[in-house]
Amino acid sequence: MSDLALPAAAAPRAEARPGRLNPYLVGAGIGVLSWVVFVVVATPIGITTAASQIAGGVASLAVGPEAVNANSYWARHPFRLDYGTLFLVGTFLGALASSLASRSFRFEAVPAVWRERFGGSVPLRFAVAFLGGAIAMFGARLANGCTSGNGISQGLQLALVGWVFLAAMFVSGVATAWLLFRKS
Amino acid sequence: MFPLTGTNALLLAPVFGFAFGWLLHRGRVTSYDVIVNQLRLRDFTVLKIMLTAIVVGGVGVFFLVDAGLARWALREANMGGVILGGLLFGVGMALYGYCPGTGFAAMGTGNLHAAVGAGGMIAGAIAYAYAFDWLRGTVLAWWNLGRVTLADVTGVPMLALYAGLAAFAVAFFWWLESREARAR
Repeated sequence: MSDLALPAAAAPRAEARPGRLNPYLVGAGIGVLSWVVFVVVATPIGITTAASQIAGGVASLAVGPEAVNANSYWARHPFRLDYGTLFLVGTFLGALASSLASRSFRFEAVPAVWRERFGGSVPLRFAVAFLGGAIAMFGARLANGCTSGNGISQGLQLALVGWVFLAAMFVSGVATAWLLFRKS
Repeated sequence: MFPLTGTNALLLAPVFGFAFGWLLHRGRVTSYDVIVNQLRLRDFTVLKIMLTAIVVGGVGVFFLVDAGLARWALREANMGGVILGGLLFGVGMALYGYCPGTGFAAMGTGNLHAAVGAGGMIAGAIAYAYAFDWLRGTVLAWWNLGRVTLADVTGVPMLALYAGLAAFAVAFFWWLESREARAR
């Protein structure tokens, strides 16, 4: 448990471990990345707009492109390889490269904290992950952004929407985690 | 020269995304255990990263906008959408163990349940697209305050809000670190 939360004082030792960086340094890095994207491409960091465009692409495989184009939401966010979609691909590749470079890439079906509470069943973990992903994305679209697009990119501009989103997600996230992990 | 548009921006999108994904992995927020333990208030890595990113990013972007090098990119505070969406998002995040950005990044590090949850995110986005017309006439039509900042809402100048937020972050992190040092 004690090495889960690394204090700044222990940072040099922590950084020597593969694939770890002081969280304040990582936060500052994301902050500096925000400066760069605001100046260079005028497009703040965000994930879910691109993800819903990809969903339109997936849906068109099932119901055909005409049905997707007729949908009023996808008419506003058509599937294409635009900036946001390529940023999302880059995010995946960056984490892949980082985990390979630090030799911490490994296949994980059931994480330790989940296993401790709910056991090692892969179907159960997969089912809840699928459901949770679906609820999170529906909520992110309703809120017009996720942790990145609303929480960080709107939050750093002190936009009301960003701070209301952060408050709402942490309140319900903490409450849900409490319900899931409380000792019955 | 800036902002870049068209092909130049498209070429940089995966580069910026790559940096974001790399940072998420190095900060360990591609781990289910780290995110869920934040929601259980046992590991504050997520808050350390997010709050640092918001303060560093926000102060920098404020001065870049002031210098005429960047422009604000504010989103509307559609309160019905962001409150309901944020609450749903927190539930989904606690079940999935990721937000969309960290989920797509975690896929890259080999987390199979993160990939299954990404499938759930696509399903959630499809459900949202089909619910959009109904939501547009109800939740999204209730209470839209427009593109407002905390400065607009409170009447406190932006720079004073940034200073207050930075001071709060430093005090909060100092308290957190001394508490974690005692716990070891």
